[in-house]
Amino acid sequence: MKKDIILAGVGGQGILTIATVIGTAALMEGLQLKQAEVHGMSQRGGDVQSHLRLSSKPIASDLIPEGKADLVISVEPMESLRYIIMMNKETGWLITSMNPFINMSNYPSLEELLAEIWNLPRNVTIDAEKVAKELGTVKAANIVVLGAASPYLEIKFDNLEKAIESIFAEKGNDMIQLNLKALRAGRELADKRG
Amino acid sequence: MQKLLLLGDEAIAQGAIDAGLSGVYAYPGTPSTEITEYIQASREAKERNIRSNWSANEKTAMESAIGMSYAGKKALVCMKHVGLNVAADAFVNAAITGANGGLVVLSADDPSMHSSQNEQDSRFYGKFAMIPVLEPSNQQEAYDMTRYAFALSEKFGTPVLIRVTTRLAHSRAGVQRVEVLDQNDLHLPSNLKQFVLLPSIARKQYNQLLGKQARFEADALTSGYNQLIEKDNHKLGIIACGLAYNYLIENFEDHQVPYPVLKVGQYPVPHDLVRKLYDQVDEILVLEDGYPLFEELLKGYLNNGKKIMGRLDGSIPMAGELNPNIVAHAMGIPVNVGHQNPTVIQGRPPSLCDGCSHTDSFLALNEALRNFSSGRVFSDIGCYTLSALKPLESINSCVDMGASITMAIGAADAGLVPSVASIGDSTFTHSGMTGLLDAVNNNSPIVVVILDNSTTGMTGGQQSSALGKIDTICLGLGVHPDHIKIITPLRRNHEENVKVITDELNYQGVSVIIARRECIQTLGRRMKLKAMQKMESNN
Repeated sequence: MKKDIILAGVGGQGILTIATVIGTAALMEGLQLKQAEVHGMSQRGGDVQSHLRLSSKPIASDLIPEGKADLVISVEPMESLRYIIMMNKETGWLITSMNPFINMSNYPSLEELLAEIWNLPRNVTIDAEKVAKELGTVKAANIVVLGAASPYLEIKFDNLEKAIESIFAEKGNDMIQLNLKALRAGRELADKRG
Repeated sequence: MQKLLLLGDEAIAQGAIDAGLSGVYAYPGTPSTEITEYIQASREAKERNIRSNWSANEKTAMESAIGMSYAGKKALVCMKHVGLNVAADAFVNAAITGANGGLVVLSADDPSMHSSQNEQDSRFYGKFAMIPVLEPSNQQEAYDMTRYAFALSEKFGTPVLIRVTTRLAHSRAGVQRVEVLDQNDLHLPSNLKQFVLLPSIARKQYNQLLGKQARFEADALTSGYNQLIEKDNHKLGIIACGLAYNYLIENFEDHQVPYPVLKVGQYPVPHDLVRKLYDQVDEILVLEDGYPLFEELLKGYLNNGKKIMGRLDGSIPMAGELNPNIVAHAMGIPVNVGHQNPTVIQGRPPSLCDGCSHTDSFLALNEALRNFSSGRVFSDIGCYTLSALKPLESINSCVDMGASITMAIGAADAGLVPSVASIGDSTFTHSGMTGLLDAVNNNSPIVVVILDNSTTGMTGGQQSSALGKIDTICLGLGVHPDHIKIITPLRRNHEENVKVITDELNYQGVSVIIARRECIQTLGRRMKLKAMQKMESNN
């Protein structure tokens, strides 16, 4: 098994939480992993990305080679497009929320962005914020996106659930339940797409 | 023990704790900050009484670590690469004094300048100081090498430098721990003049250091951190330093490189291994993150040996960090091509947070300076450096920690009056205080705006050495009490703040304006913690 995943978003949108959940679940399955993060200056409202590599065999590079990512998982539509250059053209999937994070004056039109995304051969776009809001907080949008990406991860869904239970344990049961709901709701969206 | 999933930085921290560390000394700096933070948060470190408070700057950190080593205990000092410039005086001389207790210096380089002003290569400092340098290629090696560095330091009585880069510092992987060693007892050097670098003693000490060089190289041959991996295809030989090894093997099925590879993790690189590789291959490719340090050594000034490829001959770009594809290009290996990025994508540069006090400070400063010609605001290193960008475009310099005040002095001396310095609270106590003393002694017509958000913001909100001390420091340095003004940078105080700044711009002497309002990020965290504590006490 090998999955090379680019996680994308804007600083503060919770992509490292997605990485931690996938990483924790991957460890439960005895997989090896490497995860390169972005800290420091680039976090302040700027674009952030993380390279998450899972494999049943030893992993060499901390960085995914260009054109070899199996998945791009993004919590922001424009940021998702920034990394399609990293994606495997033949097999790669793009999973992204369609909710723009606008902290700049020259943000492009959402229609144009979505057109580019839908133009890709394998993509899943979801309204993660709407789903998260219905569950009580827009903050869970990152986990909704993770749920939508879960069919493509080759990781058992109940291990993702267990990972959420362990990661959010110190934040209390309400947070665990909220994020479990978010994960399942995202999964449902992906399944419905079929 | 079960494997831990650790950042490279965290692996170093855990490695140091397990090696019997007694103290870590550091000033925050990306990508090194997480080492000290990990030790500060570690329960084991607390139980073992490992000291870990932040230092005022890298030089004070380095010197404190030398002091702990003098007293016989194991000390770690951590910094980002440019921090080693600040600590350089102490660092280079520590090689002459030698170490008593294990003394390990960790410098985290930032090739590609993700969060830095340059991409200098700390391995040069190791060579310059003539001490052993270790360069891990993965998180496990980061853990193991830290332990080894302390052993090496005590074996040879020398400081040891560990060099990592951003990519390893901020990447996570599984790390296997080994048993925890005890801390050293207090024991002073047998020669109590060892650390007295009077010329007569320094000459002896320097000769000792020179005498150790051959042993440093011999150790690098037997430590296992330099390995010649023999292969049959001798058309090419590859020297891969640190992380570059991973980028190399990434390009081959099952990580099997058909050419002989010298994997380098410890410097000085043994001549025996290099000669053995050199003699059996037609050409050599040198892969190293950072500057072409080893490539240049190998090539020599006249380059009259075998063909050597690397950064110097353009096989690899001179600037920026390596990655698997750069290595593939250098070796003529075809690479995958992803989808073309659409032109609709716009850059999303970092920006000041919504509600940041710096925004209000610079809006006021911009307005107060409206009647002067532009180009007179010298600034410094911190979040507020982002005010160089749109929409504020307030500042005209960012060179090194503390340079705002001293550059303003020089510019004022040249006739640019008034000159303004803007500097954060933590940067001020890091390297601004001595400059302010110069300004007072010069009676320079400058306005120093100390942007006091009461934290070290850029690196994630570490405790600032300046906390609660700025006003008295300025008074103590001799700034006239009438010209130390404290303002609260809030939108509703804008007019009032503009007036305070305007008045001080018209004063022909040193003014300090302390713009004090807590960082919005640390405030948020504090409030959250408070709410949680309240909830807990209610339960």
